[in-house]
Amino acid sequence: MMFSDILQDLLEEGLPLLGEHIFLVAVSVTVAAIIGIPLGLFIAASPRWRAIALGIANAGQTIPSLALFGFLIPLPWVGGIGARTAIEALVLYAFLPILRNTVTGVLNIDPGIRDSAVAMGMTRSQLVRLVELPLAARSIMGGLRIATVTSIGTATIAAAIGGGGLGVFVFRGIASVDKWTILAGALPAALLALAADALLGIVERRCAVE
Amino acid sequence: MPEPLIEFRNVSYAAGERRILENLNLQVLAGETVVLLGRSGSGKTTALRLVNGMLQAASGSVTVLGKSVPDWEPERLKRSIGYVIQEGGLLPHFTVARNVGLVPELEGWPKERIQARVDELLHLVGLPMEVYGSRMPRQLSGGQRQRVGVARALAADPPVLLFDEPFGALDPVTRAELQREFLRLRMDLGKTSLFVTHDVREALLLGTRIVLLEAGRLLFDGTAANFRASNLPALIAFQEGANDVF
Ligand SMILES: Nc1ncnc2c1ncn2[C@@H]1O[C@H](COP(=O)(O)OP(=O)(O)OP(=O)(O)O)[C@@H](O)[C@H]1O
Ligand SMILES: [Mg+2]
Repeated sequence: MMFSDILQDLLEEGLPLLGEHIFLVAVSVTVAAIIGIPLGLFIAASPRWRAIALGIANAGQTIPSLALFGFLIPLPWVGGIGARTAIEALVLYAFLPILRNTVTGVLNIDPGIRDSAVAMGMTRSQLVRLVELPLAARSIMGGLRIATVTSIGTATIAAAIGGGGLGVFVFRGIASVDKWTILAGALPAALLALAADALLGIVERRCAVE
Repeated sequence: MPEPLIEFRNVSYAAGERRILENLNLQVLAGETVVLLGRSGSGKTTALRLVNGMLQAASGSVTVLGKSVPDWEPERLKRSIGYVIQEGGLLPHFTVARNVGLVPELEGWPKERIQARVDELLHLVGLPMEVYGSRMPRQLSGGQRQRVGVARALAADPPVLLFDEPFGALDPVTRAELQREFLRLRMDLGKTSLFVTHDVREALLLGTRIVLLEAGRLLFDGTAANFRASNLPALIAFQEGANDVF
């Protein structure tokens, strides 16, 4: 009876935390995609802009995640405690793989294909919409998959700044030196990451042209 | 004298230090098939790209349908010319039907009109819509891909067509078949074209006029009969050299 009570408590608290976790990741990856994909399509053609944007995105990636969450808290407007600040940090991490894979996807398109599309009289925007986006789709999906999987892991740290999610269990477990509570957060997060990887992997392969 | 549909006047083009075309003068009149004959690297593709505005002349002027190339809106010019690209150049992620209907799609034709036009053109090039329309380019043979390329170039009924070695990569039997069909289409449609090849026999077969290009310079401009009768050393050398290849 004792064990099932504990399980009951865990589920009652855990399901909302799982929901929060998915929410944090979904919002962050979506925002990163809304910025990263168009930017990637736009800068792919220019070696200079490519170097600048990828450089900045790379630099953002090198900041240790706990430190980044910490840095954001004292900032005016964007900072503070809570889910919003957590999402901002997660967006910064999700941004690089999405941007990089979009750029790579566009650069890997056979120049002959782009050339013949231009020769048929496509405008720049038609070229992006009808040729570059569909032909880079698989690579872009790969970027979204990597961003999602890493965000699911990184989002556990969001609990440190009051962002909620499965990290709540992890931090509580660390504080009380209780490995089962840590596991109650870590295991669902790991399973979630595996599920997202598999699911998005299927979508990714569907996007392949050849 | 009728107005030329394409006219090169003292056109030179260079890529960096390299001179690719020098002082080219050339006219294509309505109804003609002018064959631009020359070896690999002589500047044939460059000449075609100057016509559709993919490249701009360094000096001299290229005029298309009475308007100088820089005066055209770039996309307008390209859509007003049918271009059969060397190696096909079909979009690999579009079906055959969508490839053929590409320029009408860019032009914003209504769906039914595009469909009817694609149907008609695929029939014209011997690839019935029901069988080939929904295939992807990679599911076609080289010859079929070239037919699709021709259908695509004809889609918006352009007054001028550019052909860049359309039959170059095909086996001799398929090539002969497509050459015959080219002649039939020309009879039926009465189109004006600038046709690039490195094959003398193809030039003599298809051209109403032959222009020989060597290292970016025009060496000869005349009818097939003139070409055969000519005893210009360079011309004879080209014919012999080309014949050695085949
Ligand atoms: N962007 C470029 N930069 C430098 N050189 C170029 C460029 N484009 C073409 N060339 C050179 O210009 C010359 C003519 O090229 P072009 O493609 O017009 O030849 P071509 O007659 O079409 O040859 P082929 O029969 O092999 O297609 C070649 O020597 C080529 O190497
Ligand atoms: Mg060429």
